[in-house]
Amino acid sequence: MALNALEHERRRRERRTLAVLLTPGLLWLMLFFAFPLVIILVYSFMTNGPRGNIVWQFTPGNYIDLFTRSIYVNAYLRSIWISILTTVICLLLGYPLALFIVRQPPRWRTVLLFLVLIPFWTNFLVRIYAWQILLANNGLINSFLSALGLPPLKLLNTEWATLLGLVYGELPFMVLPIYAALDRFDFTLMEAAADLGASKRRAFWRVMLPITMPGVAAGSVLVFIPTIGQFVVSELLGGAKVDYLGNLIQRLFLRSNPPNWPLGSAMAMAMMLVLIVLILIYFRATSEEDR
Amino acid sequence: MIEATSTAAQPRAARPALEQGRLTWSGLALTVYAVLIYLFLYLPIAILALFSFTRDQFGVRWTGFTLDWYLRLFANQRLMGATLNTLYVALVSTFVATVLGTLLAMALERHRFRGRTTVDTLIHLPIVIPEIVMAVALLAFSALVFDLIRLLTDEIVRRSLTTVIIGHIAFSVSFVVVVVRTSLKNFDRRLEEAAADLGANGWNVFWRVTFPLILPGVIGGALLAFTLSLDDFIISLFLSGPGTSLLPVEVYNKVRRAVTPEINAISTLMLVLSITLVVLSQSVQRRQ
Repeated sequence: MALNALEHERRRRERRTLAVLLTPGLLWLMLFFAFPLVIILVYSFMTNGPRGNIVWQFTPGNYIDLFTRSIYVNAYLRSIWISILTTVICLLLGYPLALFIVRQPPRWRTVLLFLVLIPFWTNFLVRIYAWQILLANNGLINSFLSALGLPPLKLLNTEWATLLGLVYGELPFMVLPIYAALDRFDFTLMEAAADLGASKRRAFWRVMLPITMPGVAAGSVLVFIPTIGQFVVSELLGGAKVDYLGNLIQRLFLRSNPPNWPLGSAMAMAMMLVLIVLILIYFRATSEEDR
Repeated sequence: MIEATSTAAQPRAARPALEQGRLTWSGLALTVYAVLIYLFLYLPIAILALFSFTRDQFGVRWTGFTLDWYLRLFANQRLMGATLNTLYVALVSTFVATVLGTLLAMALERHRFRGRTTVDTLIHLPIVIPEIVMAVALLAFSALVFDLIRLLTDEIVRRSLTTVIIGHIAFSVSFVVVVVRTSLKNFDRRLEEAAADLGANGWNVFWRVTFPLILPGVIGGALLAFTLSLDDFIISLFLSGPGTSLLPVEVYNKVRRAVTPEINAISTLMLVLSITLVVLSQSVQRRQ
């Protein structure tokens, strides 16, 4: 009986501790994260008033606009396309780098990885801005070209510059997870494959890549997410000549007169839709223990 | 039999060279490749830093050394005000996010409870949702709350540093949880049991045993939250009010117009600060 009471008391205390630990953080996230997302979901089905105010009247019109009017459809497709391109290029550049780091002696590995980590945590805006100096019409690359007697190139304010900036900004996100996967990879498997007569290339495609796939998937998701919503890079390097989803959302919420929050909310929701599909694919591609 | 072992031994002898990534053509190519990628990563920021000292008023070519741009920076009231605002926002949001995040990490790592997976997912969501979506959601939410306040009390509330702080906490809590959980995973729980056996109550066990031991993780999480807040641009842009300027937003507004050596100078200072913080957080966490 006494033991039972003691056990009861212990459980009561446990529950109280748990409540103290969970309540503040969860309340914060519900109130300032989950609930705001619900609000823009609701807004995305509301009507925009003539002065940019929200009229509480249900309409599917924002989504119809988004998927039928060419300006929005193009922005949607363009965003997906540039995010895929960025992800693929980061993968092609990042995998060999991760492989290089993993094959160094342990002491060097930490240093080299740390060097990848530094840009990862330094201001994105500043890193993108740095390219303006290089790409400007009278900038460093063009000065170099003219010193060689070559004609100047239009580099800044092109879509190529946007792609360059995105790859530059997101590359560390790709390298880190692939490095983690390669670090766990047993390189003797490659020798086993070679002993069994596989060429290096075949051993890579049939053994190393499939085993390190979870790292590739994680890196791809981490690169894809920020690029789908980007607007800073296309404004600073692309000259905001073409619209991506992020640019339109920013304009609809902050700059247009009158603003159109319902349509902007619908676009934000459409962006989440792409990500949910992507994350589902990611979950399919990787098994439970790999994550 | 003997022949078989000798042929099998051959690739093994070649292995050290292969694993070092040297001495083979493919290893050499990979090294050259890696050097190029590191140049790609660092050259733009190095040039940015270099050109903060140029006399050239457009800040894109080297025409001689000067410290003028830094001096102008410190005389610029607006930029200095923005810097103070940014530091204030970062300090407050880091403190709250670290407290909330550490508590959540303790709950998730130490307790088994119903709905744990749901809580875990909710905590990780801010990391995987595009920042612009979070920004517009918080903007819509704050507008709604402000309307409500005006209806109820006739008081006019606007976006301010407080709204920015709320937004920064909302995303940095998740990162703090991730970092603190790692240090809780490596924690030897027998130390807590020993303290309890020696008569310490729950409160004392936490402050005297658990907290000092997970402190490097907590500091690591806090430094991460601090860096994220300093660097954040998107949430700051959407949630700051007309009168309240933040450094990244000021920089963005200037940069959209043109390159100037003044911006090179402030960017260089921001880079130096971030790099210092990363180095600091790494060395704190490594000490564990």
